[in-house]
Amino acid sequence: MSETLKVPTMAEYLAQNKQPEVLFWVGCAGSFDDRAKKITKAFAKLLNHAKVDFAVLGTEESCTGDPAKRAGNEFLFQMQAMMNIQVLNGYEVKKIVTTCPHCFNTLKNEYPELGGTYEVMHHTQFLKTLLEEGRLKVEGGKFKGKRITYHDPCYLGRANNEYEAPRELLRKLEVELVEMKRCKSRGLCCGAGGAQMFKEPEKGDKDINLERTEDAMETQPAIIAAGCPFCNTMMTDGVKAKEQEPNIQVLDVAEMIAHAADL
Amino acid sequence: MTYLPNILFLLTLSLGIGYFAKNIRRVIRNIKLGQEVKVSGSAAQRWKNVLLIALGQSKMVVRPVSGMMHIIVYLGFVIINLEVLEIIIDGVLGTHRVFSFMGEFYGFLIGSFELLAVLVLIAVIVFWLRRNALKIKRFWKPEMKGWPKKDADFILYFEMVLMTLFLIMNATDGHFQEMNNGNIISQYVAGWFSSYSENSLHLIERTAWWLHIIGILVFLNYLYFSKHLHILLAFPNVYFGKLTAPGKFQNLESVTNEVKLMMDPTADPYATPAEGSETPVKFGASDVMDLSRIQLLNAYTCTECGRCTSECPANQTGKKLSPRKIMMDTRDRLEEVGRNIDKNGTFQSDGKQLLDDYISREELWACTTCNACVEACPVSIDPLSIIMDMRQYLVMEQSAAPNELNVIMTNIENNAAPWPFNQMDRANWINES
Repeated sequence: MSETLKVPTMAEYLAQNKQPEVLFWVGCAGSFDDRAKKITKAFAKLLNHAKVDFAVLGTEESCTGDPAKRAGNEFLFQMQAMMNIQVLNGYEVKKIVTTCPHCFNTLKNEYPELGGTYEVMHHTQFLKTLLEEGRLKVEGGKFKGKRITYHDPCYLGRANNEYEAPRELLRKLEVELVEMKRCKSRGLCCGAGGAQMFKEPEKGDKDINLERTEDAMETQPAIIAAGCPFCNTMMTDGVKAKEQEPNIQVLDVAEMIAHAADL
Repeated sequence: MTYLPNILFLLTLSLGIGYFAKNIRRVIRNIKLGQEVKVSGSAAQRWKNVLLIALGQSKMVVRPVSGMMHIIVYLGFVIINLEVLEIIIDGVLGTHRVFSFMGEFYGFLIGSFELLAVLVLIAVIVFWLRRNALKIKRFWKPEMKGWPKKDADFILYFEMVLMTLFLIMNATDGHFQEMNNGNIISQYVAGWFSSYSENSLHLIERTAWWLHIIGILVFLNYLYFSKHLHILLAFPNVYFGKLTAPGKFQNLESVTNEVKLMMDPTADPYATPAEGSETPVKFGASDVMDLSRIQLLNAYTCTECGRCTSECPANQTGKKLSPRKIMMDTRDRLEEVGRNIDKNGTFQSDGKQLLDDYISREELWACTTCNACVEACPVSIDPLSIIMDMRQYLVMEQSAAPNELNVIMTNIENNAAPWPFNQMDRANWINES
């Protein structure tokens, strides 16, 4: 089925005096979290499959600083940003794609003022371009006709006004796309943003991810599609807590496309 | 003696406008207590926002029922107030319906005012029912207890009374009813007064006329003491609203300077600060003076509709955080600081601040920075920016982050990820099966 992944690093490219078409920014979750690593691999497979000339920073990548910034630690954020910008500018990076909307937002919006200006794309936007350029084929396969609801990550949707790219890809998978009552600009957060991922929630009467999982369950989906490793974790936890694991899967859009193509 | 009404009118008018102007100057002074901000981005885009969001109410109709009714009240307010121009001229010159020479067109104007007045009256009654009979949740949150609740009802009563007075004034105006031009609603109201003598009708008409204009002046002056300043401030507030992507949080310039110095290999760590260099800045915000002028304008503009709070994921799941309360607290504290200055000339420390005395840490840490509140606000208020500034103060000035966050920050510092994994293992996923 799957061949071995070809994931070169920027250092290797530089050694050959070459520039890749795009840098794949993997992100901390994509590098270390077991669930998120699957998304990373699925996306890398798609890049290989579409013969995209890409590279990763590998061990030279480090946290964009998003959770530090949103926790209020501007110092740490800017330290991270400046270090990353030195590395990125050192490699003369022009274009970045990332599977994490938080990295996407930070790189795209908050780095330019600190000296790092790049064309930054979320992986669903990038996949959509590949599709339009005819470099990638997306077909229904095993997802054809399945009921699927898409959860908008805040940092892709509201924060950066991208609601269509992931939906466009899902439509190409010929799924039955059902919207939750709160979607797009009014979509409910999964509960992970603003560094909440890393702490216990404040006292309340419910966890946000449960509230959001209930929204999703109302649409009776076979799959909850996501576009963010943190949303993925929160929704997966929600589905578990609701004992819906046998009925509902939580998958990243990239994973779905890779599975559909049997990659 | 015939000039007595004119003089009385002028006196009332100048008192009404004068006191209002005084309070507006106070609002401006208070807003200027905030930090100056560079207003960047295209002015054309800003005016477009004023046109669409403020004048055009584009974000109000996201909720169609309250949105459409609000548009009626808003149009009614703007259009019926054209009538005030005539009232003022009549009052000053002692004329009666000075514009009536316009004939048909005058009838068209007054006719539309009357129609709008009825629509406004209906809308305001529905608004009252939504608050008090349907008890819509966002109007009954804890921060709405006491004055904010009364304030909201007072405004509705005011509008009911003003609209009723306007219709009665027209209905009892014999001259106007005889013209039979534009009295499309008041002709029916006139029927109720058919048994009255001409003298009593005139008395009622004059009373309604006076009460109407006095009511408008009282309402104007009530604005400063209420949440209702939005009818004026929504316009500048939308103009100064954020133009960049909502996900883009401001980078603190003061921190950039420090970080650049830290990363500069030629910097002398023992150098004494240059002569005349600025005093060390405070990072983040713990009181209203640390916030920006735009944030303070936001606070005065907030009309406590609670759309932000009803979209907030933290609030919906029972956490203490309410973005509306953040705005209300900011204004309350700013007003307190303002009164302090009124009393003492300059601000004298009162041992209080926005943090802890108004906004608790629990509220600040419950935010997921999801931007739902910012998206929901019909007048471009940004409660999230205040939450972030206060978090910055807690972390950078007080090192008072929740412990779990201290752990991830240490991890990021040590191994460049929020989890304690080695940076050298970052690319391991490539070869894992």
